Amino acid sequence: MSDIDEGLRKELQRQGVWVTSMQELYNWGRKNSIWPLQFGLACCAIEMIATAASRYDIARFGGEVFRPSPRQADLMIVAGTVTKKMAPQIVRLYNQMPDPKYVISMGACAISGGPFKQGYNVLKGIDRYIPVDVYIPGCPPRPEALLHAFMELQRKIDSQRLTGANKAEHLDPAEPSEFPVPSFGEHDLEPPANREVFQPPKIERS
Amino acid sequence: MTPNPYIFIVIFVGVALVFPLIPLAMAWLWRRVFQPPKPGAQKNAIYECGVESIGEAQIQFRSQYYLYAIIFLIFDVEAIFLVPFAVAFTGLPVGAFVAILVFLLLLIEGLVWAWGKGCLNWAR
Repeated sequence: MSDIDEGLRKELQRQGVWVTSMQELYNWGRKNSIWPLQFGLACCAIEMIATAASRYDIARFGGEVFRPSPRQADLMIVAGTVTKKMAPQIVRLYNQMPDPKYVISMGACAISGGPFKQGYNVLKGIDRYIPVDVYIPGCPPRPEALLHAFMELQRKIDSQRLTGANKAEHLDPAEPSEFPVPSFGEHDLEPPANREVFQPPKIERS
Repeated sequence: MTPNPYIFIVIFVGVALVFPLIPLAMAWLWRRVFQPPKPGAQKNAIYECGVESIGEAQIQFRSQYYLYAIIFLIFDVEAIFLVPFAVAFTGLPVGAFVAILVFLLLLIEGLVWAWGKGCLNWAR
């Protein structure tokens, strides 16, 4: 995405002049070197591993290397069922990732709890605590679906703005980089959802 | 006129200095102009696979464990001798059986001695 007039750019390219903007260059670099955090929670992680392995090879898309430390990761792929026991650790890992950071919620479980939604021990969606950029449905999603989500994320990164009122979150000093970690309550996690992050659409019933 | 042969080393050192300094300067400028730093208590905390770290990293381990380690090592080596003996057991003469029995008794005697000495008690 750029603010340069496409016709002008084409005309200049015909003359051998290639113009770009700082924002375009910055986003181009970022979207093609996304390093995911290496952790899997359940069966979706097997699909994530398949995506990273040679047959699907996420590195072709700029996914590159999975990093075992959040300090070096840009993307968190929440791959699988998030149990309530695991949720604080995931939020803490997200907090420990440096900005800019993105989250892909992979599979039905990470979106909503999936088939375990009625279970007492399963978190009903990781978006209750951390902001999610891309959701992929599926149980589990195929590697192609994860690659599609990855490309959607690249599209999102590409459209983020460097300056102005609606610039990217990580460039805005007012936007938080950490989110409160839930604690184990008597029956549920405390709080059950971070209301600043989790704003599900209201269902209108007539 | 031939240039001083050391001029290449000077150029090399200059490039070696400037090459890493450019990205560092760019990162510094980027932080100043565009991306505000957002440190936080959890972001700066020790990475323990997402779990809150407990206690200090600079702890001391007690040295009493080395006696257990030595005794374990002796019986570990014993197992290496026993496995080929057990495999060839049916084809061995009585003398070999007596020999391995003596070997076992020697080690067991050593264990009894260590036990009697109080080596197996956890001393603080």
